[in-house]
Amino acid sequence: MKELTFETLLAVFQEMFGATLFWLMLAAAVIITLAYLYVLIRDRSLSMRRFLWAQLSMPLGAVAAVLLTQAVTNSHFRDIGGPIDVIVLLIVAAIGAIGVAILVYTVQSLLRRPGAVRPVQTYDGGQGG
Amino acid sequence: MNKTNPLSSSRRGFFGLAAAGLAAAVTARGAGPARASVTTNARIVIIGAGAAGTALANRLVQRLEGAQITVIDGRTDHYYQPGLSLVAAGLKPASYTVSRTTDWLPRGVTLLAERAAAIDPEARRVETEGGTRLDYDFLIVAPGLVLDHDAIPGFSLDMVGRDGIGALYAGPDYAARTWQAASHFIETGGVGVFTRPATEMKCAGAPLKHTFLIEDIASRSPAAGRHSFQYTAPQGALFSVPIVAEKVRMLYAERGIETHLRHKLISIEPGRKQARFEVTTIDPVTRAESVSQVDMDYDYLHVIPPMRAPQVIRESGLSWADKWTDQGWVECDQQTLRHLRYPEVFALGDVAGVPKGKTAASVKWQVPVVEDHLVAAIEGRAGTETYNGYTSCPLITRVGRAMLVEFDYKDNLVPSFPGLIAPLEELWISWLMKEVALKATYNAMLRGKA
Ligand SMILES: Cc1cc2nc3c(=O)[nH]c(=O)nc-3n(C[C@H](O)[C@H](O)[C@H](O)COP(=O)(O)OP(=O)(O)OC[C@H]3O[C@@H](n4cnc5c(N)ncnc54)[C@H](O)[C@@H]3O)c2cc1C
Repeated sequence: MKELTFETLLAVFQEMFGATLFWLMLAAAVIITLAYLYVLIRDRSLSMRRFLWAQLSMPLGAVAAVLLTQAVTNSHFRDIGGPIDVIVLLIVAAIGAIGVAILVYTVQSLLRRPGAVRPVQTYDGGQGG
Repeated sequence: MNKTNPLSSSRRGFFGLAAAGLAAAVTARGAGPARASVTTNARIVIIGAGAAGTALANRLVQRLEGAQITVIDGRTDHYYQPGLSLVAAGLKPASYTVSRTTDWLPRGVTLLAERAAAIDPEARRVETEGGTRLDYDFLIVAPGLVLDHDAIPGFSLDMVGRDGIGALYAGPDYAARTWQAASHFIETGGVGVFTRPATEMKCAGAPLKHTFLIEDIASRSPAAGRHSFQYTAPQGALFSVPIVAEKVRMLYAERGIETHLRHKLISIEPGRKQARFEVTTIDPVTRAESVSQVDMDYDYLHVIPPMRAPQVIRESGLSWADKWTDQGWVECDQQTLRHLRYPEVFALGDVAGVPKGKTAASVKWQVPVVEDHLVAAIEGRAGTETYNGYTSCPLITRVGRAMLVEFDYKDNLVPSFPGLIAPLEELWISWLMKEVALKATYNAMLRGKA
């Protein structure tokens, strides 16, 4: 590749998904992230119960991201040919896992009233601290 | 117990991220081509609105103020040709490769939707088939190349898709019909014969890719084991870059694809499903060459015809007089692509008479060079950019795997991602580049943005 600038990358991604879909996807990602930050700030704490659900959904997100990538690119696990391929696979999985976790956490938080949030749960077996 | 405060840490993270984003935006703007545009009333004519002509037109309108830029191309459809290999393996529909020429041309250029019929480099004039005459100060010849199907007696394009004949180079519909013939061969088994021409050709990896893809799909089909694969080439090696040729030789051996070098397809007899080859044999002791003919039976035959510069170029006096005389590529400097006898003429893309570089990836590297020398000439100074022969062809070896082969005039490998993406390894990431990123990069290039 001749010049890999931020602008080139932006242009390539726009062409990949079409300008409209690209900006919609980017907007969705930004909105979800902002919503996540919003509930964190609003609740002033991380709810461990919601966090647990978010964590449980992570493997699903990882697998879904990998399968989706393979489906749209006519490829399979057998095509992994070298270390860089494993790294790409892990990155795709990680993006899927983190994305879904944030989404699940945020959706749960938005669906509940802020008042319903219990204080931070701790790992001391409920003995208080 | 320890009670952390996630709020403050995430807030810090948030601001950190925002700051990073801002920094990225600032650097991106700073790194961009902040060159002032040059005011001129030069008349610039570009023949051909393919990969090369379109990309250059888009960059020139950004660089020049007031120039009269005319693009001549009679074809309403624009073809994304690297996609044809995927269409001919049933992986994409024909429509994947087709858009409209006008979709990509910027405002500020005039499209003359006709074919150029004559060029007079002495008078600096181009004439179209419709009789329009255009005088130019600068001429960019970028009409690609023509496929000489008539050079193979017995073959005609209407056969493609029937009776085991494929010809994916001929265009989107022919590539789709090639898949019809190939998939029939995959289902029933038999002998597959794959060819390439003796002339220079665009994307010299494509004949190899087609063989690899059809073999891969056949080897996973219910009829696996009932196919034989015969790869023929008029050249003495499988690829012009020796290190790549060796790699392909090993892969072919592994996959059971038999190689017949110095075999040139000269005619076919479709009724008997027979292809005739001219075979050059070199005596190992005297090195004397002798020529004979052999016939090969086929159930599937993939034809790639000889390629030449378009007639308008061959008749214009712009071609090399002593090189490629049967093909007519434009005489130009290897580094600057400027015509050696007419300095106001540049060759760009497949038509250029340089030893490598007949790929869209090469076009991407050639366009900024021609742009630089053209703008410099308008400003009355000398340009500085040079083209090193960069050529690239993601060499697909299976559905899902490819080798990202990039090289220059000197047959050196010039990987874009050294240490990260190994050029001679069959990798999934290289396939992803071809399948996902290549078209996007190509389109960005057309818009002058890559
Ligand atoms: C099967 C196949 C696979 C390929 N795979 C790859 C790949 O993987 N990677 C890669 O980088 N490249 C690949 N290429 C090569 C790439 O497509 C070409 O190198 C590239 O398109 C060259 O650009 P160009 O502008 O010179 O020619 P083109 O894109 O062919 O455009 C030429 C234009 O000139 C016009 N024209 C012709 N004659 C005249 C005339 N007399 N007057 C006016 N206009 C005229 C035509 O209508 C056309 O629009 C492949 C090509 C093929 C066929």
